[in-house]
Amino acid sequence: MAGYLARRLLWVVALLLAVSAITFAIFYTLPSADPAAMRAGRQPTPQLIAQVRENLGLDQPVYVQYWRYMRDLVLHFDFGFSYQSNAPVREQILDRLPATLSLTGGAVVLWLAIGLPVGVISAVRRRRWPDRLAMGLALVAISAPVYWLGLVALYLFADDIGRFPLLPGANSYEPISQDPAAWLGSLVLPWLVLAASFAAFYARLLRANLLEAMSEDYIRTARAKGLPERQVVLRHGMRAAITPIVTVVGLDVGILLGGAVLVETVFNVPGIGRLAYDAIRTADLPVIQGTVLFGAFFIVVANLVVDLAYAWIDPRVRTA
Amino acid sequence: MALLEVEGLRVRFDTEDGPLQAVDGVSLSVEAGRVLGIVGESGSGKSVTALATMGLVPGRIEGRARFEGRDLLALSPEEMRRVRGHEIAIVFQDPLSSLHPFYRVGRQLAEAVRVHQDVSRRAARARAVELLGLVGVPEPAERVDAYPHQLSGGMRQRAMIAMALANDPRLLIADEPTTALDVTVQAQILALLRRLQEERGMAIVIITHDLGVVAELADDVAVMYAGQIVERAPVERLFAAPEHPYTWGLLRSMPRLDVPRERELVPIPGRPPSLVHPPGGCRFHPRCPYVRDPHREVEPALEPVPGDEGHAVACLLDPATRRRLWREPAP
Repeated sequence: MAGYLARRLLWVVALLLAVSAITFAIFYTLPSADPAAMRAGRQPTPQLIAQVRENLGLDQPVYVQYWRYMRDLVLHFDFGFSYQSNAPVREQILDRLPATLSLTGGAVVLWLAIGLPVGVISAVRRRRWPDRLAMGLALVAISAPVYWLGLVALYLFADDIGRFPLLPGANSYEPISQDPAAWLGSLVLPWLVLAASFAAFYARLLRANLLEAMSEDYIRTARAKGLPERQVVLRHGMRAAITPIVTVVGLDVGILLGGAVLVETVFNVPGIGRLAYDAIRTADLPVIQGTVLFGAFFIVVANLVVDLAYAWIDPRVRTA
Repeated sequence: MALLEVEGLRVRFDTEDGPLQAVDGVSLSVEAGRVLGIVGESGSGKSVTALATMGLVPGRIEGRARFEGRDLLALSPEEMRRVRGHEIAIVFQDPLSSLHPFYRVGRQLAEAVRVHQDVSRRAARARAVELLGLVGVPEPAERVDAYPHQLSGGMRQRAMIAMALANDPRLLIADEPTTALDVTVQAQILALLRRLQEERGMAIVIITHDLGVVAELADDVAVMYAGQIVERAPVERLFAAPEHPYTWGLLRSMPRLDVPRERELVPIPGRPPSLVHPPGGCRFHPRCPYVRDPHREVEPALEPVPGDEGHAVACLLDPATRRRLWREPAP
């Protein structure tokens, strides 16, 4: 087990190295704005741009830049400074983390609370109207692009521009430490919008898993024992059907912790996704690099956690 | 009064090809403390017959199944649930897929106990250990914490049997209980079933395609073909004086130690008929070597064999002809 864990952690490091190198390579290969020009102000002289370029180290060959970046990162856990604001990238990301955590955490709770019961009901009432209705709605929720859903939600319910001004709209985010009530209110719409497609996907996934599980021989055994149908479904069917869901939850949470770019942007929630979006617009390489690495880190860690959790959930994996 | 008395049982499934009559007018009875074997090929309706009496098959079910006088088919789902696993229990074919892979064996056993008995978790667990010991699982106190995949096939089937015994049922249905097991283990499981039956005076319905299993365990035999019973007899009579050409086919296709080795095994030609479009007349007629023209039109009824008590057959050949044909070598 310790050996396995050590091997996996080495892989995490290797993967993050590869991700950072690829991010660097993409940034310098694809056309993008010149960071030095953007930094130098509105009407910069060529000399000024050259000066900025030298200050930022952009005049050096790419591999030297990469080497310096990695050296600082590995030795000092230093992600460098933003080209735009000069602020240290690590602090910027950590400042943004609570917003992303709030958004992701709430959305996960919401989509599980909606998706799982709907999935169970759909499976149990298969091909009858509750199932048809739920699966029809799920198809819509999965198909709707999340930014469009976000804009519709704002148009309908935001308290500034909405037709039915019920909830705080964009720009209303408050940290939980400042004002918990405002924090909660500001996140309701983003949570709903982010959770919608996930809830739909989970409902469909659980329905399919549960239907498959319910056709297994051990379900017939559970019925033959005289268990009430409710326990047959919830204890025997769900136990098997939920296992793949745990995997997907882990991965989805990992991805979202790297920044729910679209939802954060539409609602202007100051999270990591919004930071990444702004950094890309301004060719701010250190911030792009930092947010990408952060996102990649969450994803590989989520993968690791999921694999470990699997052994805990499925006894057959444990002893294999 | 018989423990279980099935009368005119019909089970129909709706399939894409049309309604499928899996069981078509089956009547049988199981006496308390006796063993009934139901024999037939795959798809003959033998499992569906047993599962239907327990309310474990979907589909349209007609007829009566009186268990100690109560018609099981007329019970509400809740009443039926209280019968299942309590008064009638069942052991399935493949113990690996029939046990839940994610729960420990002991937990699954304890669950079976607690469904029908108001006992503490601790008591149910103690009962689980006791049951495992009863069915011959070595070191039951340790095995109770094993997951199904950690047990051998034979041990798993013993665990399934233990689970079926959890509430001292009066009737045990064993649906091909040895089919998925190694031959040496098969003998052990049959011996176990016989021992339990004798010790507890429990009735058993054993469903099998294997006449050897029937010879080993059953007191009475019902032979099923295409959803119907074609012959019914005490076990000695079935082996000594079988009446139905299909039963002859089954016997001739089975290797036997009491017959010279030179005698060849004779397979039954053809395949079982479709139950969506069953053949008219006697259902066995397309495969029967002794078919006469009227057999294609007239449906035989299950009738007593003259001079042989407890023996009934559904065959249109007259008794004297049947006796002569059975003594002749296979055509």
